[in-house]
Amino acid sequence: MLKVENIDVFYGNIQALREVSLEVNEGEIVTLIGANGAGKTTLLKTLSGLLKPKKGKIEYLGNSIAGKAAQGIVKSGISQVPEGRRVFANMSVEENLDLGAYLRKDRDGIKRDMERVYELFPRLLERKSQSAGTLSGGEQQMLAMGRAIMAKPKLLLLDEPSMGLAPLMVQTIFSIIKEINEAGTTILLVEQNAHMALSVAQRAYVIETGKVVLSGDAKELQESDEVRAAYLGGL
Amino acid sequence: MEWLQQLVNGISIGSIYALIALGYTMVYGIIKLINFAHGDVFMIGAFVGFYGLTHWHIGFIPSLLAAMIICSILGVVIERLAYKRLRNATRIAALITAIGMSLLIEYTTIFFRGAQPEAYPDNAVISKTFTVFGTQISSESIIILVTTIVLMLLLQFIVHKTKIGKAMRAVSHDMEAARLMGINVNNTISATFAIGSALAGAAGVVFGLYYTKIDPLMGIIPGVKAFIAAVLGGIGSIPGAMTGGMVLGIVETVVSALGFSMWRDAAAFIILILILIFKPAGIFGKNTREKV
Repeated sequence: MLKVENIDVFYGNIQALREVSLEVNEGEIVTLIGANGAGKTTLLKTLSGLLKPKKGKIEYLGNSIAGKAAQGIVKSGISQVPEGRRVFANMSVEENLDLGAYLRKDRDGIKRDMERVYELFPRLLERKSQSAGTLSGGEQQMLAMGRAIMAKPKLLLLDEPSMGLAPLMVQTIFSIIKEINEAGTTILLVEQNAHMALSVAQRAYVIETGKVVLSGDAKELQESDEVRAAYLGGL
Repeated sequence: MEWLQQLVNGISIGSIYALIALGYTMVYGIIKLINFAHGDVFMIGAFVGFYGLTHWHIGFIPSLLAAMIICSILGVVIERLAYKRLRNATRIAALITAIGMSLLIEYTTIFFRGAQPEAYPDNAVISKTFTVFGTQISSESIIILVTTIVLMLLLQFIVHKTKIGKAMRAVSHDMEAARLMGINVNNTISATFAIGSALAGAAGVVFGLYYTKIDPLMGIIPGVKAFIAAVLGGIGSIPGAMTGGMVLGIVETVVSALGFSMWRDAAAFIILILILIFKPAGIFGKNTREKV
């Protein structure tokens, strides 16, 4: 479904990604794990069209999307839940969800998906007309995910959904990620919480200082000594 | 009843400040630029209205609409031509460009039509004076107030109920997140300039109606005053611009009424200094919070 081949991405003169390649197949949950500053967010921003790769190919459903405008990428079915949630704090929960469906014109479909989001996240329904800034971190994460679902994505990019959340909330969020995937949405999950990420994903990539250093089956990586030493607390 | 009279006058001039201040605040909210050329868009609006009334003889409402349309096009052109390429430049570079743009508009106007002032015709609208509780209310001040209220209601509707309004709020809150929603940021910024400039154009026409005399440099002082109004209300805040404009208009009239009319302009700048010292975020300003 998504095929990234040898992309280089720069911030000014600083190279953030070096020849990164990765692949996501339809129906999968693929995770990309790595430490702070490894280039995870950069990769997702590039996939969403916020950054342009200097070199390399990005193919999505057979079309090249490298350097395409963010708008076109959302339209083609890739939506992102950005790091730090980035909900529109001054707007209501419902307005945030509406904005998620910004490019859609099928009123009935939008209404159905709105109901679906409220089913997935009943907390959001309770807080429908509250402004998003007053929500707790976990609720904001739910809202950011709901907002991305409103775009009716085929591929959902999640950037550190567990960041700053209480352990119980992390559990909830991850079980919802699985639920979304089972309903037919392919997921690329970027995480620092390697343990949680590897437990829901089928395949995984490990990124270090802008380079993919390991990749393979999530279960196998979870067992591998290298990953255990570096990301799972050496146990 | 003297005070009521001053209040009516204050509201009239305050409405004009408020209409201009809205453009300042909307543009600042979205691209963090103080568009100093905004006062000159207001001037162009006044001239379009003048030509509409005296040369094209199309009547008040069509002249007002013509001024709004031409100013909104001008606003978009200014943004596309001058500010768009500076979006990632330092804020001071953009600010200097805005000042340059302001001078360009002023002196281009002088180049084409000369610096001489014009007078709005006094038969532009039905000129009548009503006496309410001993207060003289001219039909012009009623027209200013009605125009302002209608435009503000329209603006509230656009900003809160329409798709482009939601996009404007989203972009002003978080440009990158807005792009992730599929919002076209460039078009949204253009729409903001179009709407803000249309309001300035309308302000120009009602200004001409109220004060009669217009000239190519007339935008400077009302522009600065409206900027003060926007800061007073809390720059970036739409209700703030409306309130700030009204408050400033009323304060100025009160200062004049107390016999300090020489201090009228000074009062506005004293307000600016005080607000910057004691409450830089303005009346409706948000506390800027660090995003975690």
